[in-house]
Amino acid sequence: MEVPILKQGHYLIASIQSALTDADLSQLREALIERVGRFRARGVIVDVTALDVMDSFAVRTLRDIAHMARLRGAETVIVGIQPEVAFAMVQLGLTLKGVSTALDLEEGLAFLNVQTQLRIERGGPGRIDRG
Amino acid sequence: MATKGKDPQSPLPDPQAQSESTAALLRELVAHLRQNRTQLREEWARRITRAQLLTAMTEEEIFAEATSVYDNYVEALETGTFEALQAYARNLSERIIPRGVETHEVVGIVLLLRDVLARSLFGKYHEDFDKLNRILDAYEPAANRIANTVAVGFVQERERIIRQQQEAIRELSTPVLQVRERLLILPIIGVIDPQRARQLTEQLLRAIRTNRAKVVVIDITGVAAMDSNVANHLVQTVEASRLLGATVIVTGLSPEIAQTLVTIGVDLSEMATVGDLQGGIEEAERLLGYKVVPLEELTPKA
Repeated sequence: MEVPILKQGHYLIASIQSALTDADLSQLREALIERVGRFRARGVIVDVTALDVMDSFAVRTLRDIAHMARLRGAETVIVGIQPEVAFAMVQLGLTLKGVSTALDLEEGLAFLNVQTQLRIERGGPGRIDRG
Repeated sequence: MATKGKDPQSPLPDPQAQSESTAALLRELVAHLRQNRTQLREEWARRITRAQLLTAMTEEEIFAEATSVYDNYVEALETGTFEALQAYARNLSERIIPRGVETHEVVGIVLLLRDVLARSLFGKYHEDFDKLNRILDAYEPAANRIANTVAVGFVQERERIIRQQQEAIRELSTPVLQVRERLLILPIIGVIDPQRARQLTEQLLRAIRTNRAKVVVIDITGVAAMDSNVANHLVQTVEASRLLGATVIVTGLSPEIAQTLVTIGVDLSEMATVGDLQGGIEEAERLLGYKVVPLEELTPKA
């Protein structure tokens, strides 16, 4: 199933609606990275609220998306990880190190607003470490 | 087990024929024990003190308990029923467990009584070896059963108390408190076992979502000791909270815990720690953009 990618101002929003196969995930990654350039996006939000399972491939793909998007000049934030999913991920050692996370879409947008603002103030593309 | 074979559980190898003589022997035995009650009881109490059992109790208490145990013991021998003794053992355990009496002490004193009584029987019947033999045949199985009953009663009572305490600990809710908009506090008190740690994490994650928390302060002032398991669990909790978009600040690490953690080499570099709860809340307020100022600074000057 293809994941719809919405453009909202300077941000791209990918909202995952159902469990994805590995192929779907790879497709999502490629589409997002390509569109970051095409739309000159400053931020990417991946909403995983609908997922109640996340395996290592999914986690790795999310991490790759974040790192690749950063190389293309956009900050990524993963939003909507369920408490149970978070607990399971941590137990499996899948902790999404170096990737920003937020509670939900609203929080993610607020976070990106702060991040991109900071970047503009600092006058250049640079990544702001969180924590 | 073959029907013809002897039942080792039963004190009576050949039911009908011997049961009467056994009953008669037990009656004789009980009469003897009743007659020498004072002396045997004293001897027993003396030996308890000498063996340094029941050190948590005073001598008078030991003597009082010894008397009632003795009477119950003789009664169980006489009637062959153990309900009264069982109830007494439970009752006794209930009283002495909170005072720190150990299992080996209870088993020890019952075996001592068994020994004291057997010795008195040796003394009484040492001239008639046959009689002594038969008396012991009747006495030993009953005495063993009594010792067994008391020990089992004690252990059961102990286990009941342990179960009760475990439940109490589990039910000691770990409250997740909201102190400000989007700021939660999780004070942890007492021992953290894997089960509790898991429950704690789940509770916290759920609270983060329902309260839309951005910062969580976990206060572990009340945690006496921490091993690598618990520390790792704490790290996991911090990580999981971060996945939900919340920053965790850990406060109140005691000097001992700090030393242990560094010594056993738990990696806490990912964890934000602040000395005490107050500092943690101040840091959290800073992260959230709050500023606490005294009232007079707010009121316009006259």
